[in-house]
Amino acid sequence: MIAVAAGTNRIDPYLIPALDGVAYGLLVFVAASGLVFCFGVANILNLAHGLLYAIGGYTAAALLDGGWASLALALAVGVLAAAAAGVLLAGLLTPVATGNHLSQALLTFGVALAGGSLLVAGFGPDNPQVQVPAALEGSVMVAGHRYAAYRLVFIVVAAVLAAALYLVVRRTRAGMLVRAAVDDPEMVACLGVSPARIRAGVLAAAGALAGAAGVLGAPIIGPGTGTADTVLLLSLVVVVLGGLGSMAGTLLAALAIGEIQTLGVALLPSAAPFLLFAAMAAVLAVRARGLAGRWRAA
Amino acid sequence: MRGEVIRRVPGGIAALVLVGLVVAPWVVDDYTTAILARTLALALVGVSVALLTGVAGMPTLGQTAPYAAGAYACAVVGSRVSDIGVVQLVVAAAAGALLAALTVPLVVHARGVIVLMITLAIGELVVIVLGRWRSVTGGTDGLAGIPPVRPFWGLPALANDQARYLYALVVVAMLVGAVLVLLRTRAGLVLRAGRDDETRLRASGHRVALHLSGAHIAAGAIAGAAGSLLVVAQQYISPADFGFDTSALLLLGVVIGGTASVGGALVGAALVIAVRDWLFGVLPGHAPLVLGALFVATVYLLPTGVNRARGRLRPPNAPAPQPDQPAAHDQTTVAELHR
Repeated sequence: MIAVAAGTNRIDPYLIPALDGVAYGLLVFVAASGLVFCFGVANILNLAHGLLYAIGGYTAAALLDGGWASLALALAVGVLAAAAAGVLLAGLLTPVATGNHLSQALLTFGVALAGGSLLVAGFGPDNPQVQVPAALEGSVMVAGHRYAAYRLVFIVVAAVLAAALYLVVRRTRAGMLVRAAVDDPEMVACLGVSPARIRAGVLAAAGALAGAAGVLGAPIIGPGTGTADTVLLLSLVVVVLGGLGSMAGTLLAALAIGEIQTLGVALLPSAAPFLLFAAMAAVLAVRARGLAGRWRAA
Repeated sequence: MRGEVIRRVPGGIAALVLVGLVVAPWVVDDYTTAILARTLALALVGVSVALLTGVAGMPTLGQTAPYAAGAYACAVVGSRVSDIGVVQLVVAAAAGALLAALTVPLVVHARGVIVLMITLAIGELVVIVLGRWRSVTGGTDGLAGIPPVRPFWGLPALANDQARYLYALVVVAMLVGAVLVLLRTRAGLVLRAGRDDETRLRASGHRVALHLSGAHIAAGAIAGAAGSLLVVAQQYISPADFGFDTSALLLLGVVIGGTASVGGALVGAALVIAVRDWLFGVLPGHAPLVLGALFVATVYLLPTGVNRARGRLRPPNAPAPQPDQPAAHDQTTVAELHR
């Protein structure tokens, strides 16, 4: 899609990367919020989170054929498949629920390894092509510049998703339970909500979010052998930058990463590899104690 | 009398294993010897993981970062500056320690699963940097054609796999010995005490963050030295050597070995890496699937695991000095209290 922008003759060097950064950042936000839930609510470092995204991505590549119906179908199938994988993961985690974080992290890594291998076996080792709906294939004019229509629509859809997520967490009973579980898991257990059910629910929600991100974001971070690792890393950096305290923090961190990955690369190509590092170091150096304190409390 | 015999069993086994390792290159073929040399390097990284995870209580998934820093520093020095093994080893250890020192502010205030997450991010970012910083690292193609190393000034270059393996074995034995000695000093005691009851240690005037920083840098230096051994063993390196799966495998090996035991970490890491290499040899397409299933199975076989295994394994391996004993005794209750 960057190639589309580069092919036009009037390119403002900063506007298009900045807009790309928003699309990228919102994608990372939807993907990472699943990991934030896992981490903040169930206190599990889910190393298979990238796999859940990849499931969505491969679903999109397999089902999309250029029509709107296929997009809806892919979205439904991808979300369901990834949510089912999340529930399966929760089931696998049940025997080690009382164990320590190390075993849980190692178990999810094993699942990621095996699941990634199954995806490659099922869909082949090459990165599949993703076909967006025909109506969105072209480009539109944004303030005098050409911009890929799909990305523009994606920005709107992802913003709606983010708003919906915010409302669910803030206003519904399930969201209240999630926030309560972050604050005081023992108390929530005392209220009669089974921790196993919370874990299954959280992993299913994380799967659904990652799956949705995988389907809708397939034209941006496409499915492939390295996808799971990339998404896991970006989500981890979001958690490090944004903390677990608020969705606004997660959103800001994700947008910052999006801009770093696009605008940062356009502005400072030579320093690009170090930019994510520098951002992480800067944030942690400024508020290391505060962040750690809140995390330990969470 | 019987207690005396039992106490000497681990030492006897260690001596037997060492003898086996020394004669190994004359028993197996060249290819296996080269694989063994690489496994030794990874086992040494496993020791640094155990030092952080088990002894200092900072579970890490990012020791591939200083390992990679050491390996690339050694490769650059080896191809452009000096082919002397000692120089390369020191440069690699310094590079690993430097990277660890730079990342200290990121990890030192975090605990538990947060450290896992941050170290994982650091490790992955280092791999990305290695893949993109072409002018120094050669990008994803890596660095090849690194000349054979000469262990010391005046000695001949290590031209065959046996010699390189023995060099790696000698370095690993010396470094592991140094770690074991260091852990019996006061520094090791304070580290373990901080792991078992940080609040109590802080209350008695110890600067826990300082100790953890020291442990982190020392572990980085060990991992960096291991990176130099990797370069000696395979004479080429690429970012694929330092992926996130390597970190996870090493952590699994260290958990199998009992997290706080240096000997256990060596054996566990070597075992896990050997299984991986074997699987990729016999099942080329499906190795990750089987390996993932083995991960899950292993985690189930070590159920509530790590603490219990640690309690069981520690006394024979490290006869704990007196002040450590109460802490070792109540470490589960301390963890409960601490929450």
